[in-house]
Amino acid sequence: MSAKTISTSTIAERSVGDGLRFYGIWLAGIAVLIVLPLIFSSGGSLTSFSLIGIAIVFALSYNILLGQTGLLSFGHAVHYGLGGFAACHMMNAVVSHGWPIPLPFIPLFGGLGGLAFAIIIGWVMTKRAGTVFSMISLGIAELVASSSLILRSVFGGESGISTDRTALPKILGLSFGPQLQVYYLIAFWLVISAIAMYALTRTPLGRISNAVRDNPERVQFIGYDPHVVRYIAFCFAGFFAGVAGGLAAINFEIANAAYLGAIQSGLVLFSTFIGGVAFFFGPILGAILVTYLQLGLTSVTGVWQLYFGIIFIGIVMLSPGGIAGLIMMHRPLVRAKTLPTVIPSYLLAAVPTLALACGVILTIESIARTHSGQGSPINLFGVAFSPASPVTWASAAILVAGGFFVARLSWRRVGEAWDRAATVARDRGYLA
Amino acid sequence: MLELIVISTLNGLLFGMLLFLLSSGLTVIFSMMGVLNFAHASFYMLGAFFGFQLTKWVGFWPALLLAPLLVGAIGMAVERYGLRNTHKHGHVAELLLTFGLAFAIEEIVAMMWGRSPVDYRVPALLDFPAFTIFSTNYPAYKIFMLAVSILIFIVLLTVLKRTRVGLIVQAALTHPHMVGHLGHNVGRIFMLVFGVGSALAGIAGVIAGPALVTQSDMAAALGPILFVVIVFGGLGSLPGAFIASLVIGLIQTFAVALNGSLASAFGPLDPSAGPSVLTDIWNVTIAQVAPIVPYLLLVIILIVRPMGLMGTRET
Amino acid sequence: MTAAIEVRAVEKRFGNVDIIRDLNLSVAQGERHAIIGPNGAGKSTTFNLISGHIKPTLGEVRLNGDVISGLRPFEINRRGLSRSFQVTNVFARMSVWENVRCAVLWATGHRYAFWKNVDSLPEVRERTAQILDDIHLTHRRDVPAGLLTYAEQRELEIGITIAGGATVVMLDEPTAGMSHAETDRAVSLIRRLTEGKTLVIVEHDMSVVFGLADRISVLVYGHIIASGTPEEIRRDPKVKEAYLGEEAH
Repeated sequence: MSAKTISTSTIAERSVGDGLRFYGIWLAGIAVLIVLPLIFSSGGSLTSFSLIGIAIVFALSYNILLGQTGLLSFGHAVHYGLGGFAACHMMNAVVSHGWPIPLPFIPLFGGLGGLAFAIIIGWVMTKRAGTVFSMISLGIAELVASSSLILRSVFGGESGISTDRTALPKILGLSFGPQLQVYYLIAFWLVISAIAMYALTRTPLGRISNAVRDNPERVQFIGYDPHVVRYIAFCFAGFFAGVAGGLAAINFEIANAAYLGAIQSGLVLFSTFIGGVAFFFGPILGAILVTYLQLGLTSVTGVWQLYFGIIFIGIVMLSPGGIAGLIMMHRPLVRAKTLPTVIPSYLLAAVPTLALACGVILTIESIARTHSGQGSPINLFGVAFSPASPVTWASAAILVAGGFFVARLSWRRVGEAWDRAATVARDRGYLA
Repeated sequence: MLELIVISTLNGLLFGMLLFLLSSGLTVIFSMMGVLNFAHASFYMLGAFFGFQLTKWVGFWPALLLAPLLVGAIGMAVERYGLRNTHKHGHVAELLLTFGLAFAIEEIVAMMWGRSPVDYRVPALLDFPAFTIFSTNYPAYKIFMLAVSILIFIVLLTVLKRTRVGLIVQAALTHPHMVGHLGHNVGRIFMLVFGVGSALAGIAGVIAGPALVTQSDMAAALGPILFVVIVFGGLGSLPGAFIASLVIGLIQTFAVALNGSLASAFGPLDPSAGPSVLTDIWNVTIAQVAPIVPYLLLVIILIVRPMGLMGTRET
Repeated sequence: MTAAIEVRAVEKRFGNVDIIRDLNLSVAQGERHAIIGPNGAGKSTTFNLISGHIKPTLGEVRLNGDVISGLRPFEINRRGLSRSFQVTNVFARMSVWENVRCAVLWATGHRYAFWKNVDSLPEVRERTAQILDDIHLTHRRDVPAGLLTYAEQRELEIGITIAGGATVVMLDEPTAGMSHAETDRAVSLIRRLTEGKTLVIVEHDMSVVFGLADRISVLVYGHIIASGTPEEIRRDPKVKEAYLGEEAH
């Protein structure tokens, strides 16, 4: 009896606290978006922020499929790309017809472009879920990507469709020439889209999508047609991907075949999955990280895509919940105040893990630089290694082998420490 | 015209048999383990590059044997250390693992051999025209490729019909739930099937490499077509995969060979109408459409017969 | 009065094997009807045939007088028939609360709505809370269904099945694998929750069957050999021979 009263009162307290924290997080996010360009005002960082904003909208739209509905698509960029083309054509049409549509409304037409294709092709595609859906999504993506090169009048062939965002009617005196204004436009659409997509998860449709993800068979016996649920979710994902594509078209003032290609589809899958599909903020983290890495690594190494692949495989094998999953794993430990018992083992494991990572990087870089014949020295934390020198190979081998074995041992200890802390947390009533 | 038909039929059969070498492994792996191996085409690519490298070191004939073995070993390692550990996280995680692998393999190949095509030549022994039809010399190497793939096809058929493992594989194709009852053997059988499937892809790569282009994007170009083949043929159906391989091989080869367009058949459109989607479609040649033909087939089959040509089950 | 469920001359063939042959079954409105029979008699197949999980090869099934054979499961469910599963079949990654709430949504008319906040639908909330209370899982409302104990999952399974307010409820071995105490609890739960509804239940536990059912049908090799009140079934020589006799060995 007393246990019951306690649990209900904690539920009530928690929901009030959660409510405050919930709005606090959103407001903080918006505040960060507003302040960010004031702190980092260089052109380079503005461009990066803009790209990250677009990537977040795109990744969140992808998670409507993967995280919410359990649909693994290999062709999500199709909607992104078609959104981009729709936005470009719309901008050109606005200019040539003199329609009174200012630039901030253009992403909406991008969204409609992505939505239109989802409505047309989605019904056939979402008939089946699982692996079959994945294969079909890949086939459709190839179909669209190849067709885009044939239908030159719509897709502009190899050069694409270009446009001029400053030629549209002005609103509030904004020309959208400077990157700063474009950044705020993207941030504005990011906030709106994120709120809308979050709200979607809180609707009957959003919840039933989760049910379809978990158990499509059972859903049929509570009155729902899983095909319809998947179809509607697919359309929403298409719409918001189109919005992201429209934002990209505004940002680059061009749309071309690369927008809807396999690489773009792969990137959004990477971002979403690395970030973590089980939590709403996962794809946001993933999009920030992947875009940042993509921008940052290209200048440092010629084989940055390989590192992406390795990070991705590592996440799939070791932490399928992604970064968000790793973070949220610790929530019960934080609440039960047992987190400090785990941290020493983390620190201990970090050393050999870092050594292993350095070894892998050294190996990859020396192979890559030897084969590409440039032979420029590898700069690792201020230490220069010559790719052709046996010293480098030896240290790489030692780091990889030694790091691997010590890391294995130390991670086993992390696991033990973690189990102990989690057991205590569970005993104190904090569930995962 | 007759010349074109004969040559294209031969080339189409050849391409179809190559597709079957790949799709058969993919189908068996998918049916038994529920894993769609996204990296299957990457094993094909590895076969081609290993073939190229080993040919340089030890000559073509040893390479023809060694490269597939190497690829098969890699496949077994992927199953043993990758998929088996990922299995507990479900099929999506397994599919993503192979997707990541495909991506990483492409990057590794690009790192080792560069992104432009490598000079993987037909062995001197087979570098002569086998016969001449009309004015076209048909290379002996292509006949050799056809012979190898037919030989493997026969071996596969015999293994499936005559051996214990073959019977298990067959049973698993029709009754996927049965796989769970294999007991302690299941791990070894999965590893074996995955290894053989990868090795078959490797053989396809070694023999196709000299005839086609050996390049780091060859897996990405072929992979989606393979998926079309197994969806088109019907998931879990080897005969379906066989028919679909030949159909798609033939259609695509013929399409590439044909230069006609609607414009050449019915005359050009009125130029005053200006460029539009219609003029794009009107002027495109069949050869230009060839790359999208498999995907059009995919869409059509999904609408008309969602379980594929010979498929019996929906998933 | 039309029967709640009327199965007429239904046959189901898998390949060349008759799993169900000439199946006739009539369940009156408000009746508690148990289907018993030895393993492999086709009890679950019968459930699957009625609920639309599989389609009959021949014959027809009627729900409240309307033909439902050939309809898809969700269409049948919308007409007021709900079923549970022998193997627990819940939404494993969602909380207990979400599991029940999803099962309430269609019946409360919210369907595929994407413009309503699911948390601010009072009738949904009340009904979900009521059902959680009924199945004694209120204190576990935030736990992912996959982490519940086996008995709790079975109770949740029943909760999901009745949540939509169906008038015809079919439970497939609801007490399988439960201890004595758990079984007793489940039986009184079922009795209470199906008050005024039509209940069809497949069960192996004879004490549950004879304690709960108004009428019993005995299914052997895909064919109903006897149908009647518990007393009639107890006395029926054919049943004794084919089924109860086996049990006594």
